[in-house]
This record gives sequence, C-alpha cells and structure tokens, in this order.
Amino acid sequence: MALAGEIDISKVDEIVKELGTGPEQAIPILQRIQGEFRYLPPEALDRVCELTEITPSQLYGVATFYSQFRLKPVGKYIIKVCHGTACHVGGAVTITDTLEDELGIKTGGTTSDGLFTLESVACLGACSLAPIVVIEDETFGKLDPKKALQIVNDFREREQQGG
Amino acid sequence: MAHAKKIVVGLGTCGIAAGAGTIYDTIKTKIEETGLEVELSITGCNGMCHREPLVEVYDEEGNKFLYGDLNKRKAELIFERHVVGGKVQERYLVKEDRDGTPAHEFLSGQSRIVLRNAGIINPESIDEYLERDGYEALRKVLTSMTPEQVIDEVVKSGLRGRGGAGFPTGMKWKFARAAQGDEKYVICNADEGDPGAFMDRSVLEGDPHAVLEGMAIAAYAIGASVGYIYARAEYPLAVKRLRKAIADAEERGFLGKNIFGTDFSFKIKIKEGAGAFVCGEETALMASIEGWRGMPRPRPPYPAQKGLWGKPTNINNVETYANIAWIILNGGDKYAAIGTERSKGTKVFALAGKIKRGGLVEVPMGISIKDILETVGGGSSTGRPIKAVQMGGPSGGCIPSELFDTKIDYEEVNKTGAIMGSGGLVVMDETTCMVDIARFFLEFTRNESCGKCTFCRIGTTRMLELLEKITAGEATMDDLEKLESLARQVKITSLCGLGQTAPNPVLTTLKYFRNEYEAHILDKSCPAGVCPNLTTYKIDTKTCTGCNVCLTNCPVQAITGERGKGDTYVIDESACIRCGVCRDVCHFDAVYTE
Ligand SMILES: Cc1cc2nc3c(=O)[nH]c(=O)nc-3n(C[C@H](O)[C@H](O)[C@H](O)COP(=O)(O)O)c2cc1C
Ligand code: FES
Repeated sequence: MALAGEIDISKVDEIVKELGTGPEQAIPILQRIQGEFRYLPPEALDRVCELTEITPSQLYGVATFYSQFRLKPVGKYIIKVCHGTACHVGGAVTITDTLEDELGIKTGGTTSDGLFTLESVACLGACSLAPIVVIEDETFGKLDPKKALQIVNDFREREQQGG
Repeated sequence: MAHAKKIVVGLGTCGIAAGAGTIYDTIKTKIEETGLEVELSITGCNGMCHREPLVEVYDEEGNKFLYGDLNKRKAELIFERHVVGGKVQERYLVKEDRDGTPAHEFLSGQSRIVLRNAGIINPESIDEYLERDGYEALRKVLTSMTPEQVIDEVVKSGLRGRGGAGFPTGMKWKFARAAQGDEKYVICNADEGDPGAFMDRSVLEGDPHAVLEGMAIAAYAIGASVGYIYARAEYPLAVKRLRKAIADAEERGFLGKNIFGTDFSFKIKIKEGAGAFVCGEETALMASIEGWRGMPRPRPPYPAQKGLWGKPTNINNVETYANIAWIILNGGDKYAAIGTERSKGTKVFALAGKIKRGGLVEVPMGISIKDILETVGGGSSTGRPIKAVQMGGPSGGCIPSELFDTKIDYEEVNKTGAIMGSGGLVVMDETTCMVDIARFFLEFTRNESCGKCTFCRIGTTRMLELLEKITAGEATMDDLEKLESLARQVKITSLCGLGQTAPNPVLTTLKYFRNEYEAHILDKSCPAGVCPNLTTYKIDTKTCTGCNVCLTNCPVQAITGERGKGDTYVIDESACIRCGVCRDVCHFDAVYTE
C-alpha cells in the first residue's frame, strides 16, 4: 500500500507530458494518476496544478464529483459488490452485509491489515449472472452470501500462504 | 465422421464472469498439447448469457455445435471426445433448457439488426467484419450519396434514438447539418448508466466496427470531422476492443484522412467516463469531455446548435449508431416495415432478474411484453409467477403483470408510467418488495443527483427518507400522501431528465402496488419478506424433513437443528440477516416469512 510521502512524483510529470496541459485533460490525468498510485495522493494533485492550466478548484471539483476517484489509499484487493437493479433483486444487500460483518468494515472502508477495501458499484454489465462481485479484475457471478464469503476467504488464504 | 476445424469461445464480459477465460486457456493448452490443426477464435456475447460459458465447435462441413454451461472438466471432455474423437457430446449441447423446453425459442423469437454480428464474428478481427459487408455502407454513402440523401434515408427508416427518449434520429441529423459552424462533432453516448442494463456493452464488445461505421456515416451526413465515444468507466473490455477497432480501421483507411479516396476525413477519440450516472445526460456528458464536473445545463440551446466546445454536435446512443449501416444497405423502407405506426425497427433488451433465459435479445417493435418474457425469455426462473417487470431503470417504472399485453412502442410504454428507456428489463416475482425497489431507485438517484438544482437534490433526499420510513415500518398514511405529492413536484420542477424522471419508480409502484405500501404502513408487514424490520423468517416444523440443506447454506449460522428431525429446526431471529437463502434452497417450502 503506497503511503503518502512515499510516492514517486516524477510519474506525474510523465503523465502530464504525455497527455497535455489543457483543462480538458483533467479527467484523463486523474485516471492515469489513480492507475499509478491506486488513489489520488494530494502531492500528485498539487503537482498537476503546477504543471498544467488546470486550477485546484477544477481538479478537486472533478476528483470529488466522479465516484471512480478515491482520495484515500486503498487495500491490496478492492472488492466491488454490484448494487445494480438485477443484483439488488438477486440479493446484493445481504452479500454486502455478510462481507461487512466478516471483514469488520463498512462499505468504503479498508481492513486494518490493508488487504481489502470494500466498495459498492452500480451495475457491472453482467446482470444475467447476478449477483456479481468483482475483486480486482476477477468477476464472480451467481453468488449468494456464503459463496461470496468463501471467495474472500480464498483470497485471504492465498495471501497468507504467499506471505 | 467430420473433423472439427474451428473452436470459438464466447468472451464477452458475461462469458468471462462465468469462467470463459479458463475455458479458452484450457482449450488452447489442449490444442498445443495435441498438436491438432484446429483454429481457436473468440466472439462476443450471442445473448445467451444464461448458458455461459459457451463454446462453438465447427466441423469441416461447416456444421456448428453449440455447447453451454461449461466448466474446465466439460471443456476437456468435449475436446477429447468431439474435437479429437469426432463424437458429438449430445448432453452438453445447447438444445433444451434445463426443464426440457426447446432452447431455440430464445433465438427464433428475435430479429437481429443491431446484433447482426454480435456473437458471430470475432470482434477483434476487422476482416471478419468486412466479410459481413462491413464498411460497405460507408463506401456507398461516400461514393454515391449526398449528405442530404443519407439523412433522407435515415428519416425514412423512422429510427428513433435508442438512448431513452426516442427522438427521431434523422431529424436530429437534419438540425445538426443545418447548423452553422466551422467545426462540428459527433458523439457516441456509451455511458450506459441504467443499473441493470448491458445492451450497449454487448454491442461494443461484440461488434465495435458497426458503431464506428455508424458514427462515420453520421459525421459525413452532418459535416463533422471529429468524433468522440464517451464510454462508461466500468466497461474496460469494451474500451479495449474499441481501441483495437479504431486502430485497425485507421490502418485500412476506413477512418482517418480521405476515406475511400474522397475528401471526407474523420477520426474518432475515446473518452472514458469516471463513474457518474448523470454524465449519460447529453449536456453533462459534453461538460465531462471538456474536463469539468458533469453537470447538465438547460436546453435549448440543443447540442445540434451549441454542443461540444460550443460547436454544433450530434449525439446518439450506441445502439442508434449500430442500426445505421444496415439501414443504408437495406434501405429505410425495409427498416420502417418492421414495427408499429410510430416505433420502427427493432429494440435490444437486456433481460435479467428472475427470468429463465436471461441475456440479450433483439425483438421487433410491436411485440408484447408477454412475448418477450414468455416466448423469448422462457418465463420465470423461480417457478413463482412473474409479478412485474422494471423497464427503463431509474427513469422508468414497474409494469405489473396485468399490463403484460402492452406493446413495445415508445408511446404505449409511456402510457403505463414507465419509459422505453435504453432497454433494461429486470423481472421480479413475489419475493421482490415493490416498496424496496422504489427505495432502491431513489437511493440511486439521490446519490447520482449532481446537486445543481435544488428540486432534484433535496427532493430525491426527502423522498428517500420517506421511503426508508415506510420500509422500516415507521410511516403513517400521511407520509404516503406526502411522498406522492413530492414525487409530482420533483417531476415538473427539476432541471434535467434525471430529476424529471427520478419519481417514476415511486409513482408506478404507488399506482400498481399501493397495497404493498399500505401493508408496510398499516399492517407493519412486508408481503415479499424483504424489508428486515418487518420480516421474520420461520421454519414450519411440520413440513420440515430435517434435510439440513438450510442449515448448511445459511451464511451466518442462524439455523440450528438435528439432521433428520424436522421439528428441531429453528432460526435464531437475532442472528438472521433476512437474506432468504434458506427459503430459496428449501425443497419442501418449509421456510416462510411473517
Ligand atoms: C440522467 C440521464 C441519463 C442518461 N443516460 C444515458 C445513457 O446512459 N446512454 C444514452 O445513450 N443516453 C442517455 N441519456 C439520454 C441522452 O441525454 C441523449 O438523449 C441520448 O444520448 C441521445 O441519443 P439517441 O437520440 O440516440 O437516443 C440520459 C439522459 C438522462 C437525463
Ligand atoms: S446489476 Fe449487477 S451486473 Fe448489472
């Protein structure tokens, strides 16, 4: 997990150099920064404002408006529970409840060991396999609370064995 | 015995979610191990999401065998016995549904124009698109038609925007053509924000060139040279395939400078959204491309006059563009021959929820809701009757089963209080609480309201509070009246479509399922057994056989009992999270709610 202060700010310079400095690049720049650091470190945002025509008010305005952007560091694995209509009808609420219970965090939070961040998203476009959970790039469908628990525990076990 | 020649794995998002990636790898390894001369290819979603992962095996004579519900073991078996051994594995073929009804009803009830290639071609191969008349419509337009003729053809087709509102596409192009400007833009709206819909995703993943070709034709018609595709953040695979498609089309000269040797030049850029439902609204979308918060502005001026960076802009939905090449090649009249008086052509729907054959379907306008659900969708997946279908997402409404004879037609659907919307159809049975559904959508719109106008920002919040009070069993009949009048006010006072339509889920459920609201308020009960405060799960010890299946499936160990002794099974109310798993898994209907 990248902590504030440890980030390699030169990455920001590279990104800006590649994408350009106009105001229309605000969102693509933030997306690339988040792709790099997994969240938006404040130092990185300051650097963007130094390097580009984008003002702090535009940049923070955008960063706080779009749900994709995170201003806090996240865990190693981001668990996204789909709360679209099909998944809701299929029981997504109890999946979230169960995972919140198991991990001891609320949606939006990160476990104290820094392993998991729990998020909620609206529709991942795989509705016919509802309910859906995505962990990093892996999609799991046709879940129930028990299967969801199993999957999260599998990740944890793998991690413990690895480390 | 005909030898297998080609194997195609369905690799759309739904296929991958069901495990198609592993199947692809398994088959690839097998081919390498055996050294057989078999071609391995991929395709997008053919719509049968309910049978994913899907694999097709073609033999030398061109016969196709479709296998479904695969896993690694079955894929290996099919490879060894069919591909190597030449013996078709009957029992894994997609011929019948699990209950024996013929599976082909799913496809035979459809007419495919938008999905003409999806699930058939390899979306990452421009050659396969070209083999199916790809870019022929663009050639025809550029080499033999004036922009006015193109627009006339689209007007003649009667095509209306598939993004939700149903504005006539030809007219929109006419306005953009007529607008004065040194520079014009076309935009493809691929934001697909309706939670419960995946039509655009499947088109983009399964046939990206069809969208690019439609955009290029629109650009020629209105006089634009730059196009943008605004793609939803959650669709990484669609974006990846689009990038490849754009690069390939540029390389072959279908995009770029002097296309087909004419003086028409056109390039397309992708803009990735960042997770805001309101950015599907056209003026918010353009603000977002320009780099700002996605906040809508009042119209007029419409994008056709003042759009992206203040220039005349034509914005259409993915599915709208995907129709264009077909219309040019087959003629507007042929398209207009399908459908009803005012709704022409076909519409793609994403069927999900409690439906047997969930997936993507394309049906002629004018078909009844009942036909989509029963004939194409195969009816309820739970054995319980279908109670309602949610159409149009957060802007739409719940249509009750009494109205399932309603025809798919913009005006007819509007009469029910729902909207055609972009095509999400979520099917609900008696275990879905309609008050909870209204609450669910209001929570969504409250979260997604951009906050610019007060009526939407505060109105949705207040409505949500009232709905939460009702689902918690703490509301009075006065609250119901307040909710209804608030819903009407938010509808007429909001700035953009988000707020103007946000009350629809509330108004339709109030209209058709008022009894459920009243049960929550007057009887303090939730008939569907969903709302936690008002529901207790119980086991009927007389019917319970002690099979233990509920106990093993309960995620929170709230059930105790001694195997074989039905009368010992009880649910600990304080531990129960009301997930309903025990009710779903019980073979004897012994679990009930109070
Ligand atoms: C809140 C809101 C969300 C919308 N979301 C979408 C969307 O996800 N996709 C889309 O094509 N149109 C969406 N629209 C409609 C667009 O504003 C616009 O009408 C449409 O893109 C025009 O294309 P069409 O004429 O081809 O339908 C939305 C409208 C509103 C008010
Ligand atoms: S509602 Fe969950 S994937 Fe669409």
